[in-house]
Amino acid sequence: MSSGRDETMRYRAHFAVWNEIVRAREPAWMQAQREAAFARFEALGFPTTRQEEWRFTNIAPLLRASFHLATTPAPLPEDDWLTPYRAWGAHHLVFANGHFVGEVPANGHPPRFFARGIRALLQEAPHLVEPYLRRPVEELPHAFIALNAAFLTDGAFVRIPRGAVVREPIHVLFLALGQQEPLIVHPRNVIVAEENSQATIIESYVSLDDSHHFTNAVTELIVEENAVVQHYKVQREGRAAFHMAAVRIAQARMANVFDFSLALGAALARTEITAILEGEGADCTLNGFYWARDQQLVDHHTVIEHVAPHGTSREFYKGILDDAARGVFDGTIIVRPGAQKTDARQVNKNLLLSTEALVNTNPRLQILADDVKCSHGATIGHLDEEALFYCRSRGLDAEMARELLTYAFASDILQEIAFEPLRRRVREWVLMEWPDGERLTEML
Amino acid sequence: MNGAALLEIRNLRVRVEGQEILKGITLTVRAGEVHSIMGPNGSGKSTLAQVLAGREVYEIVEGEVLYDGEDVLRMSPEERARRGIFLAFQYPVEIPGVSNLYFLKAAVNAVRKSRGLPELDAMEFLALARERAKLVELDESLLQRAVNDGFSGGEKKRNEIFQMALLEPRLAILDETDSGLDIDALRIVAQGINALRHPDRAIILITHYQRLLNYVTPDVVHVLYDGRIVKSGGKELALELEEKGYGWIAEGVIGSVRT
Ligand SMILES: Nc1ncnc2c1ncn2[C@@H]1O[C@H](COP(=O)(O)OP(=O)(O)OP(=O)(O)O)[C@@H](O)[C@H]1O
Ligand SMILES: [Mg+2]
Repeated sequence: MSSGRDETMRYRAHFAVWNEIVRAREPAWMQAQREAAFARFEALGFPTTRQEEWRFTNIAPLLRASFHLATTPAPLPEDDWLTPYRAWGAHHLVFANGHFVGEVPANGHPPRFFARGIRALLQEAPHLVEPYLRRPVEELPHAFIALNAAFLTDGAFVRIPRGAVVREPIHVLFLALGQQEPLIVHPRNVIVAEENSQATIIESYVSLDDSHHFTNAVTELIVEENAVVQHYKVQREGRAAFHMAAVRIAQARMANVFDFSLALGAALARTEITAILEGEGADCTLNGFYWARDQQLVDHHTVIEHVAPHGTSREFYKGILDDAARGVFDGTIIVRPGAQKTDARQVNKNLLLSTEALVNTNPRLQILADDVKCSHGATIGHLDEEALFYCRSRGLDAEMARELLTYAFASDILQEIAFEPLRRRVREWVLMEWPDGERLTEML
Repeated sequence: MNGAALLEIRNLRVRVEGQEILKGITLTVRAGEVHSIMGPNGSGKSTLAQVLAGREVYEIVEGEVLYDGEDVLRMSPEERARRGIFLAFQYPVEIPGVSNLYFLKAAVNAVRKSRGLPELDAMEFLALARERAKLVELDESLLQRAVNDGFSGGEKKRNEIFQMALLEPRLAILDETDSGLDIDALRIVAQGINALRHPDRAIILITHYQRLLNYVTPDVVHVLYDGRIVKSGGKELALELEEKGYGWIAEGVIGSVRT
């Protein structure tokens, strides 16, 4: 598709503008790295549906839109946009259109971790982030990641020091606010959990209005030996938004990661999660829930790569597709030759609520070691007619019965959200989408 | 006894997936009565029960069903429920993530609302649920659990009777609620059924065994065979069936068809 190539041209102008702005405020290696990334992006061009990885996800609507680079943070509105998250007792790092605008610490003791905006660090203390920004992710042959690396708007740098147990969740909140022009932002987050540390990170992408915008995010999670990390990605962008995100997880020996991806918003949303279990005995859980309606397209591509022996991975994704929505789930498990005694399980279950809704689910196993346990399963189903009848025979009307059973389908995956205040919120967000939401909320 | 006809089934013929399952059922049940329907596997007992409750997969070929004088076949399942028809399922459905208590509160309030009664709040409902749970000796922990989710077979059956006790139907159809129960559970279920017996209500007990009928005495016993009621009688008929099986009836039916 040549239009993809033409599109890359548009970004050249952005790139010049952005370089002008940040040149004096970042070290030379960053400059060079961004230049290289942009060259890589130009060489790659945007993906097309002829590429296996993008077969079911046509980004043409994204290419048709003409985005402007968000070079400054937008002023935040007067109303309290933090309200939905107050009960979390979290430490909030807030970004407006991709730029760091401030933090709201959790009450009480000073934080036992280090957190700053990446752009501020690149200007003031680049040596602190250098080891984490000069990593293989910068070299990946992936157009959107290259684009993110080329621009690198801003993002959170969080380091949990060795042995620290951080109880309060660290909430990295990306707020999108409409401006005159549709905006594009390229957030980059780096989370480092040092040896024996423990933390919960919540990464939220939220629109404060229904503007057109494009979020192209990359998050790196570096989880060192025996560290325990819960990472939630909460995507609730507006229905006119485009959302591309890559989450790259590297796990050292005995590192334990629980990752949950929630995808409720955007017109077109794709999240790619890659977990590499580099150290022996690493434990990785990738869970997720997606719910798409109208014309939404929601895509999850996950890769779990077992490199070392005795690794465990559990993957459980559930999705609900309604109206003319499309879902894509692509889950790869790779077991490298040395990764004996790997124990990997993957399950993807989908519920279609309309005849037009569609989902493509594709499990892939590449097992190159012989002493391993691997399993996968995928299902696509409709609401059970008998269960609907059961509810109605108890006096519930048809609509209520449908909503109740849809909720029942989602209940076990939502139960996986270990951080209870978030679980409660997510349940509300899901229920409130329905006309009978309030009645349902009372019931559950 | 022998009040007004609460349910009148006239020449009901029902088809599913192109196959006729009920081949002309005629049955009248009066308020205050308990009818038992017995019959071999696949004879159409559950089909009849589900058609009465409004399951849409069944195609009505012919006949009519009047409930309280009204054409019930035109009503949605929820409307029938709200008007007092209750079906205890042979295989109760599991609904994960939805607590039994809240599910039933919604059910009870849907019924109350349609009858112009004020809805019960959480406290009022809890009090009612506790009282009715006692009746069927349902462990209170089952109220908090998800509907039938991970319940044992016996717990599911008891939960059905518990629902019946809460919804106080006028016409209760119990589809093999006694099957698979040990004698203690059976006695409890029977107790629940007897508690519901009332001159204004009618009960249809679908069963394979006369065991339950030791505890709940039916007014009439019907034999359903190959989609037809081929014999009706008093409670002695149940004993006879238990003793001799359905073979002799089959012969009778085939015989009568031949002659
Ligand atoms: N939804 C359906 N789809 C296809 N066939 C059905 C359906 N429901 C019932 N049948 C068929 O209709 C016949 C009667 O079934 P039904 O369940 O009514 O029998 P039953 O008397 O309740 O049997 P049992 O004693 O085993 O419960 C059977 O042959 C069954 O396979
Ligand atoms: Mg049956």
